[in-house]
Amino acid sequence: MNRDRHVVIIGNGISGVTCARTLRKLDSDIRITLVSGESKYFFSRTALMYVYMGHMKFENTQPYESFFWDKNRIGLKEAWVEKVDFDAKTLFFVSGESLSYDTLVIATGSKPNKFGWPGQDLKGVQGLYSKQDLELMEETTHKGVARAVIVGGGLIGIEMAEMLSYRKIPVTFLVREKGFWDNVLPREEADLVGRHIHEHHIDLRLETELKEILSDSNGRVRAVVTSTGEEITCEFVGLTAGVSPNVDFLRGSKLEVNRGVKVDEYFRTNLPDVYSIGDCAEFETAPAQDRKNIEQVWYTGRMHGETLAQSLCNKPIPYRPGVWFNSAKFLDIEYQTYGVVPPTVNPEEIKDFYWEHRGGKISFRMRMDSERKILGVNAFGIRLSHEFFDKAIREKWKGEKVITQLEKANFDPEFFEPHFIEIQKAFLVQFGGDFRPAKKSFVQKLFGAKA
Amino acid sequence: MRGIEKIGLGLFLVGLIAFLVIPFLGSYRLSEELVLENTKEIHREKMAELLSPLYGKEYGSSFSFLAAYRDQFNPYNDDLKSQQLWDDVIWDDYTFPIAKASLQSPVKENPWIYFGLSIGMAVLGGFLNNFRKHADQPEGVKNNGIFHSSMKNRGWMGIVSGTLLILFYVVLYWFPAYLVNLVAMVDPISRFLSGNPASQWFLYGLIYTLAILVMGIRMFRKYRGNRYQQLRTASVMFFQTAFAFLIPEILVLLNQPYFDFKNIWPLDYDFFYEYQISTFLSAGGVGMFMLVWGILLILVGVPVFTYFFGKRWYCSWVCGCGGLAETVGDPYRQLSDKSLKAWKYERWIVHSVLALAVVMTVLTIANYFSGFSLLGNVTNQLHSFYGFAIGSAFAGVVGTGFYPFMGNRVWCRFGCPLAAYLGIVQRFKSRFRITTNGGQCISCGNCSTYCEMGIDVRWYAQRGQNIVRASCVGCGVCASVCPRGVLKLENGPEQNRINELPILIGNDSIRIKQ
Repeated sequence: MNRDRHVVIIGNGISGVTCARTLRKLDSDIRITLVSGESKYFFSRTALMYVYMGHMKFENTQPYESFFWDKNRIGLKEAWVEKVDFDAKTLFFVSGESLSYDTLVIATGSKPNKFGWPGQDLKGVQGLYSKQDLELMEETTHKGVARAVIVGGGLIGIEMAEMLSYRKIPVTFLVREKGFWDNVLPREEADLVGRHIHEHHIDLRLETELKEILSDSNGRVRAVVTSTGEEITCEFVGLTAGVSPNVDFLRGSKLEVNRGVKVDEYFRTNLPDVYSIGDCAEFETAPAQDRKNIEQVWYTGRMHGETLAQSLCNKPIPYRPGVWFNSAKFLDIEYQTYGVVPPTVNPEEIKDFYWEHRGGKISFRMRMDSERKILGVNAFGIRLSHEFFDKAIREKWKGEKVITQLEKANFDPEFFEPHFIEIQKAFLVQFGGDFRPAKKSFVQKLFGAKA
Repeated sequence: MRGIEKIGLGLFLVGLIAFLVIPFLGSYRLSEELVLENTKEIHREKMAELLSPLYGKEYGSSFSFLAAYRDQFNPYNDDLKSQQLWDDVIWDDYTFPIAKASLQSPVKENPWIYFGLSIGMAVLGGFLNNFRKHADQPEGVKNNGIFHSSMKNRGWMGIVSGTLLILFYVVLYWFPAYLVNLVAMVDPISRFLSGNPASQWFLYGLIYTLAILVMGIRMFRKYRGNRYQQLRTASVMFFQTAFAFLIPEILVLLNQPYFDFKNIWPLDYDFFYEYQISTFLSAGGVGMFMLVWGILLILVGVPVFTYFFGKRWYCSWVCGCGGLAETVGDPYRQLSDKSLKAWKYERWIVHSVLALAVVMTVLTIANYFSGFSLLGNVTNQLHSFYGFAIGSAFAGVVGTGFYPFMGNRVWCRFGCPLAAYLGIVQRFKSRFRITTNGGQCISCGNCSTYCEMGIDVRWYAQRGQNIVRASCVGCGVCASVCPRGVLKLENGPEQNRINELPILIGNDSIRIKQ
């Protein structure tokens, strides 16, 4: 390849930045430019909520100091792209400037979904995805908000509820499903999170949808009407019913765009030298049986960037994600998952082991196939080793073997209650097995929390 | 804020104001007997003569009294110095004992009342403010609003607090004669514990211990549900109260040398000073035990414990400076500088202090064994330089006074020679590390933000690399604030402890590094 070719990456989120960093690691000559109108320097999108809540300053969300980009000769162009001329290989910015490229990587991420609700564009109604969204939310909720309504029970919705609670703004949380995030979480876990939401005095309304947002005379939201016909007075509405690819500026061009930019397993689009990664890319066929065509997770974005950079510098390699993993935090409760744990299963094919701590805030679930080989785990309120479960699931360990060695999988801090002992006991009761539960160590007996 | 917390805060402020006002109460009247009682025999005659113009006069404040003292004393001493009559110069500073003896104040008359009104009120207020904190919230990370707080994010409250702390340290170290009211106020407590009247150091030790205890309770509340944080807080509270405060006083009561069994050279920089060694040697079996114990801690305790547990066994479980930093200083931990530049400064400065302490001590010991023929008085000057620059200015004024400006571990990070020594062991020969959990990091930055030692924890976590750093004191807060369960403090085999080429789990496309 041309040694001084210019790779331009639109979007400096985790996908684009990982791609740029990996490119530089592999090739010290190519010219790399990261384009973003959102923020000059890369920041962690997942940390925006902590800025709002005063846990961090915005600068603290930036993983690299500003000298990093100069040192690694990664050009930063702070601008919004208006359109792309794929024939001339040139980007045109809103500012009127332009930039030519040899290779283009589209990593523009997502935007909050709006489903055509009446009043969805009123003042005081917004989603939360970008830095600008955060700034808008800070401005809007600074004062004069006596109640907020959040629409959509996903990860951003609960983050927004937590943020507003910090400002002592009462929150009504409208969730279409029967349980919180129950298109992902099995019943028990959805209930566990639901209880915790109530514990935080958030008014969770399950099986309730948004019908309409009502305006005051100044074009500001004054209330919402729900599917039950109730009118809830509020001064702020958070729309958090998922996100979709942020690709509108590419529609109508030569580039094939469906919901996202259409790519193959090498992240190639229908045009030569144009690639797409991260939330905005839509795979022709899902990368694996348990994967979706559009992957909207921090971790997958990072893997896309890493993999594409390898392809651009060496020979093309297809995207082959490993064992699925994810994590989140619901208010005070941490969640980790490894492998495949769908919300509902056919009990004939799947063996399900579930343990919940008596306090109702800690749980562990393991799914096994009919031969009792592990498929995946969900953990709430306990930390589990990624390495351990990546290996166990990849090597299709028997459930019993996993549980026998559960102490090794424990990633909780020292002196924490050894929940794995109770989990082992529960497993023996439910499935039997040829092992003994671990015993508390001397130190655990002396100093550890009560089991 | 709930009612009881407001009352607590109010009482604390009343106590603080009383504490600040008390030094200005009363008057000072000197007599010849008081001068004779409070000066060394060789200086008695001269001091009595020099200070005679003050006798019988009543001075309305410490300022006028000490000004009068200096008017009489300084010209005489300065004259001797200018003539280089070093042996005749009065090197002893008698301002503190003479001011304390001359003091006539209601505080001296009714020490308990004033104690209750100032320190007592502040402690009670602090307790009431803390003991039910977060009771209306579920267990979990309590960092809401820290960067919106004037106190915790270098706002006016932080600046006022830092300024007061700095002022207190400057007066305590170099102008203690202005604090005699406060010292007289704690005389009864000191007499009860050791049989002796209080010094400014007793006052300081008492406040220091109470501050750790009250703010330790805040830590229990803040880290409810986090056993690691609660246990190590209990540990520093215990070691401060028993080892740093009570045991040394009780030793004095029993006619034994004052000794803090957990203070280790080179933090305890005067351990090998001539007067310390002779104290040990003249105190029989107990003194000998102290000397051997102190040396064993340096040579065996530090390397062995640090090998098994990392330097945290000392810095965040035992040490008094660490104890204050982890309790009183906890609200300021986020103010440490995480830049690469700060790390460079840190390494140069802290290791320079270690080198200085080692050189000074080696010279001191060599001089001692050569019967002072080698260097004569030079070591004394070295001692006073180190005591002034490092022991007082760095460890005290900057170390604590700068909490609200540069975070709670300024001294431990940039100055403490023992931390440097522990750090070298931790970096090169230890089982301790902070493990990262595969590919789960989301680069949010909570870990780095709340690292009091200014370690950019995220830089390691996001690339799946274990954190092995000389400066890490193992407070465990990075692991506590991590929202995705990525960090874990562990002691484990040395093999693969430092993974230079980490691979993030989860992407099979590039499992084999090319």
